[in-house]
Amino acid sequence: MGRASSKEDVGALFRSLRSAYAATTLNLKIIDLYVGFAIFTALIQVVYMVMVGSFPFNSFLSGVLSCVGTAVLAVCLRIQVNKENKEFKDLPPERAFADFVLCNLVLHLVMINFLG
Amino acid sequence: MAAPETSTAAVPTLYTNNTLRNAFGGVLSFFILLLIGVMAFSIRLFSVIKYESVIHEFDPYFNYRVTQFLAKNGIYEFWNWFDDRTWYPLGRVIGGTVYPGLTLTAGTIWWLLNSLNIPLSVETVCVFTAPIFSAFASWATFLLTKEVKGTGAGLTAAALLAMVPSYISRSVAGSYDNEAVAIFALIFTFYLYIKTLNTGSLFYATLNSIAYFYMVCSWGGYTFIINLIPMHVLLCIVTGRFSSRLYIAYAPLVVLGTLLAALVPVVGFNAVMTSEHFASFLVFIILHVVAFVYYIKGILSPKMFKVAVTLVVSVGLAVCCAVIAVLIALVASSPTKGWSGRSLSLLDPTYASKYIPIIASVSEHQPPTWPSYFMDINVLAFLVPAGIIACFSPLSDSSSFVVLYIATSVYFSGVMVRLMLVFAPAACITSGIALSQSFDVFTRSIKFQLPGISSNTEVDAAETSSATAEAQNDAVKTEKSEETSKNRPSKKSKKKEKEEKPSTKAKAEKRLLALPLDSSVISLLLLILLGAFYVVHCVWAAAEAYSAPSIVLTSRSHDGLHVFDDFREAYGWLRHNTDVDDKVASWWDYGYQTTAMANRTVIVDNNTWNNTHIATVGTAMSSPEKAAWEIFHSLDVKYVLVVFGGLVGYPSDDINKFLWMVRIGGGVFPHIKEPDYLRDGQYRIDSQATPTMLNCLMYKLSYYRFVETDGKGFDRVRQTEIGKKHFKLTHFEEVFTTHHWMVRIYKLKPPKNRIRGKTKKSKSKTSSTSSRGKRSGSGKKNPWQ
Repeated sequence: MGRASSKEDVGALFRSLRSAYAATTLNLKIIDLYVGFAIFTALIQVVYMVMVGSFPFNSFLSGVLSCVGTAVLAVCLRIQVNKENKEFKDLPPERAFADFVLCNLVLHLVMINFLG
Repeated sequence: MAAPETSTAAVPTLYTNNTLRNAFGGVLSFFILLLIGVMAFSIRLFSVIKYESVIHEFDPYFNYRVTQFLAKNGIYEFWNWFDDRTWYPLGRVIGGTVYPGLTLTAGTIWWLLNSLNIPLSVETVCVFTAPIFSAFASWATFLLTKEVKGTGAGLTAAALLAMVPSYISRSVAGSYDNEAVAIFALIFTFYLYIKTLNTGSLFYATLNSIAYFYMVCSWGGYTFIINLIPMHVLLCIVTGRFSSRLYIAYAPLVVLGTLLAALVPVVGFNAVMTSEHFASFLVFIILHVVAFVYYIKGILSPKMFKVAVTLVVSVGLAVCCAVIAVLIALVASSPTKGWSGRSLSLLDPTYASKYIPIIASVSEHQPPTWPSYFMDINVLAFLVPAGIIACFSPLSDSSSFVVLYIATSVYFSGVMVRLMLVFAPAACITSGIALSQSFDVFTRSIKFQLPGISSNTEVDAAETSSATAEAQNDAVKTEKSEETSKNRPSKKSKKKEKEEKPSTKAKAEKRLLALPLDSSVISLLLLILLGAFYVVHCVWAAAEAYSAPSIVLTSRSHDGLHVFDDFREAYGWLRHNTDVDDKVASWWDYGYQTTAMANRTVIVDNNTWNNTHIATVGTAMSSPEKAAWEIFHSLDVKYVLVVFGGLVGYPSDDINKFLWMVRIGGGVFPHIKEPDYLRDGQYRIDSQATPTMLNCLMYKLSYYRFVETDGKGFDRVRQTEIGKKHFKLTHFEEVFTTHHWMVRIYKLKPPKNRIRGKTKKSKSKTSSTSSRGKRSGSGKKNPWQ
């Protein structure tokens, strides 16, 4: 009884998750897609490092950290742009995007310096 | 601060009054800040006035030499500099082992001034860098405390920090050391973190990372920041204060900060591989998990959320345990569990004395005594607990950070005297909060009980309401206009009621009761007296205790002021009377000064990175003359420098440090045993001293010809007559002794061309040496005479 109901529960859970997520606005979904892409790129780099070895460690580090960094910054952007977030109600989304671009610039400048 | 005030558009007269008052307040606080900066700068100038504009102590000489190199050769040469004038014959990679922040800062200031045609020398810039940055540090304290509690607390904290003796001791004019800029970077990084936490702006998060980068460049104490901020994030999560602003404040800092820290060559890959940074990664992961949980909770219904929780817990727990087991295995495999020696000695105070005698021998690394707390922070020691309580009412993200900061810094200051410096800003912040709150309470009580104010009750009541509303705003800690928009209707209604019933409404709004008038007045006077005591103590400490450049000593006697300039005399002699390539051996304390002022190659210096090399020098100082000569000859040493304070009573000389030489040498070379130098466990140099002690090189070099000064050889520091008074040196010759016998320089005698006596014993049939052998075989065993 536990198994069957838990399986149904899991199914119901995933369906409710999917329906709740489908309700989010389009621009937030685009940001989520970007975050997923960045994480996926980082994972590929880690798998490559495991296979080939970590010799130019600074290159590996800067590659992975740049992917993780843009993912984190995109999440911050999503937080600030989300209309349902009451704390950022009067932050204009253009300002949020400008901050995002600035932070990304700094991140990539540092990363390219460290890339070696 | 302007936002809530401009909202008082209800009544025109009150509006203009309030903005006028606010403008006046703003200008006043600007001038107060300017004066605080000037005071912070001037209180550190005592040593320049009493002595001269000279660089103090030992470490600043190394920084000065590096800055000279940077100024002369440019930044690329500096970044790739391999120094062959120290740690002979190993050399030192300066570019990769020095924290470049201080030198780059001073170099930039010098270059800027010179490009504006203000020709200051590098030495002047180096001497005055620390006072300038202490002024900046007090302004940074103002900004930080303003974020926590408001402008009044900010100004008080800034004034306290400008004068606190603990900070003065490491940032006096001439003390050109890392902490001079590092404390400013520390406070500024904390300010930007709190600002990001309060505003949630990604712009401030970027600035925070850049300020953290400046801190990593400047000082090894940056690990304090990268462990304190994760602790605070964890505290916020655990106490239910998680918000999206916390995520924005922390997550970009970790990623950008790690990358920036890895850019500095000293840190390099340690930024991801040492245990000092693991806390930040761990909290990074925890933060993401918590954020994800909140997100899922937001988009699911409660029943579905329960299902999700059970699913995740059952599956995720197994994965988590596996990952943690792998991590623990990795960390436990290294003998120090991944921590560096210095950090371990902070966590376990007995670690250094057991395993690393060099760290234990530095006087700055000893635990402080109780009087040193009172000397260093004085009155603040009483105000800090009051400030901690004030932080709790009400508790916000930023005030919880201040409480955490002060708790951790108190612990670390109790482990190492040098870390009192990190404790000082926290003490100033909390004391500033306490002082400002108590002033608030007392002045408010006085204002509402003084007769004659009732004619202005309208204006005053409105001002009180705006003050309390402002206090409420500051306490809530958000500068979002939605908060102010909520307050606008309430404030307007308050004002309208105020105009009808001034006194009762005002009293009902105040969360604090009014204290009796006389006790308020007396308490106010006592607080001002407390501040006066603090100021007097700080000025005294700055003038008398912390302004001595240890390179020049003075003493007062019945016939006036004596100046002991022996160190510079000795280094000057070395500079002018020896070859450029001559190597000088001394104890590691004097290495930096010798390379900077005498410009000669040294064997060991204050960097103490190579314990075996230092142990070699220590062994040589503890051995008899011949063995010491062999060791020094193998290192190409030409001159040996010894500091001796017995004639004038200078207590920090080499004979007092000698036991550390024995311990460090004995740690690597087991034939040096400490009990050999002690008679019944006591360290003596008089006639009861052990023969090993009386024959060792340090004794001989310190007391050679000492009996000629007063006929009896009375050592003023040890307060006894020396044991062995008349002896000759066989392998060394004295070349220079300074005016007060404080520095003595000896030259190694070159090896003789022919060895008499030894070959006679081994080849007794050689006829050419037979006659000489007969003469030299008559009891003289020493081939060097």
